[in-house]
Amino acid sequence: MTTTRPLKFWQGVNQALHQEMERDEKVVLVGEDVGGPGGPYGVTRNLRATFGPNRVRDTPISESTIAGLGVGAAAVGLRPVVELMFFDFCMLAMDQIVNQAAKYRYFTGRSLPFTIRTMSGSGGSYGAQHCQSFEAWFAAVPGLTVVMPSNARDAKGLLKSAIRSDDPTLVIETFGLLTARRDTPVDEDFLVPLGVAETRRTGDDVTVVATGRMVDRSLEAAERAAADGVSAEVIDPRTIAPLDRATIVESVSRTGRLVVVQEAPGPFSVAAEVCALAVEECFDRLRAAPVRLCAEFANVPTPQELVEARVPGVDAIHAALLTVTR
Amino acid sequence: MPDDVTSPPPADLYRQLLLCRRFEEVVAEQYREGRVPGPLHLALGQEATAVGVCAALRRTDVITSTHRGHHHCLAKGADVDRMMAELLGRRTGYSAGRNGSMHIADPDVGLLGTNGIVGGGLPIATGAAFGLQVQGRDDVAVCFFGEGATATGNFGEALNLAALWSLPVVFVCENNRFAELTPSSTHVAGEVWQRAEAYGFPGVRVDGSDVHAVAAASHEAVARARAGDGPTLLEVMTYRLSGHYVGDPATYRDEAEAQAWRDRDAVARARADIAESDATAIDDEISTLLATAVERALAAPTADPEDLG
Repeated sequence: MTTTRPLKFWQGVNQALHQEMERDEKVVLVGEDVGGPGGPYGVTRNLRATFGPNRVRDTPISESTIAGLGVGAAAVGLRPVVELMFFDFCMLAMDQIVNQAAKYRYFTGRSLPFTIRTMSGSGGSYGAQHCQSFEAWFAAVPGLTVVMPSNARDAKGLLKSAIRSDDPTLVIETFGLLTARRDTPVDEDFLVPLGVAETRRTGDDVTVVATGRMVDRSLEAAERAAADGVSAEVIDPRTIAPLDRATIVESVSRTGRLVVVQEAPGPFSVAAEVCALAVEECFDRLRAAPVRLCAEFANVPTPQELVEARVPGVDAIHAALLTVTR
Repeated sequence: MPDDVTSPPPADLYRQLLLCRRFEEVVAEQYREGRVPGPLHLALGQEATAVGVCAALRRTDVITSTHRGHHHCLAKGADVDRMMAELLGRRTGYSAGRNGSMHIADPDVGLLGTNGIVGGGLPIATGAAFGLQVQGRDDVAVCFFGEGATATGNFGEALNLAALWSLPVVFVCENNRFAELTPSSTHVAGEVWQRAEAYGFPGVRVDGSDVHAVAAASHEAVARARAGDGPTLLEVMTYRLSGHYVGDPATYRDEAEAQAWRDRDAVARARADIAESDATAIDDEISTLLATAVERALAAPTADPEDLG
């Protein structure tokens, strides 16, 4: 019997870091405010006290070089975990992530065990330069693994797998989920494999593929739809790249209907990719056109009510499930 | 003359300088024959920077290089045959012939990579120095970059962070007077070497036509890094005798200025340091080495679409 605890998302991340740093002295953590302050939201609390200032370091505000710390340190034998505080700040580190880290194995034939943790500000009131969703940008780069946990259990298990992975992995945490709980194994060898989706709810009439903060909303909408006689299957890809195509294709082939829900705007997005996958692989089985429920193609506002007005809510998802199965 | 501790034997210096010089000349010939599937940025005239700096390094030290980095690779001990094969697009090359001149890497000899992005190596070398420091190794990281890279944000970020953490890194600015097609007067404000002072560590300017001077400065900087005393910025004043790329007529260059650098050529000066019979033997050795490398590369199959993954 696996022992579990109802951890908050941030606790899952924190526990993963503690366990992996305990397990392997080559794991180090660098980033803005990660050490002394324990992170701007306490995600990395107690790590410096436990593992010391050699392995847990506060950096200056230098995103490109922070990412470079990971590339260079991994190249000489460490397993660095680098925190880039907000996803928006990764824009300042694009060269190191896209042109350098992602191509290291291609150029050298060698591993680069390098994990980047960043936070999508989704769900916060931080405005248009702290709350964007760029997962599709990085998923479009050969050589990068991109994971996007939607809950504490996956946050822990995916981060541990990322740290143990021999290639660069981007772990996208979500601000609006930091205090959300899910039962999480305490076992130090609990891992969630990279590249494997989780079917969070089984159903027969429609497949919902949801990411990040939209997973819980989709589960709630699916419960409501059940009361209306609609059986919805909810899949959380968990890993954006490489996408678990087989799980999605199997489900859509069976249900014949697809609704994709994400917090990023729709054009050129993960939702676009999932819809393309369904059309390419399940065309003969589709009983309705795939549906995308995404943020408006507009910049992120600051006031919470506007933030919520911009992204799909439970009502919208519920309505889409009824419409697509009508 | 520097003492024995800080400079290799003159014959070894000449051999390395000549290898760098002749390698560039040979690949340029191959390029003109249409056998190099990609751009080629040569470092003719800059050989003493690579050879002098790397004279202070061990195999376990690491370097990052640039888009103009064949001489850095050779001076750090990269394999001539595999380099030539890579440039000629052959499967026996460092990256199966897929990537060419700007993406040569050999972690086994501490070469973390040349780089297609100006300034891209600055964060990586800083990170490597961090990794060496965490592991308690007394190896050092050396970052080669041109004066053009000092205009990137990475330069300020890397110097600041290396100073804060007292990292074992030597920043080597290879000032060849041109950033791509434009003279450095258009790109660089003030003096590069003096920027180190603002971060609280030594900045040193050295004559890049004098391999002994470069080696001496490198030994001092590397010793400082090994001892845990932190970074040094070396600005090596050199001159790019080639165009930005093979085929660039370099009409922007002042011919009298170029001739003045040719007259002080580091390779010729190193040759004059040794007996003519020894020099002739080294000339023959390098010619044979490179001819063999070309021959072997051309005998190998070209890069295969199967190697794309």
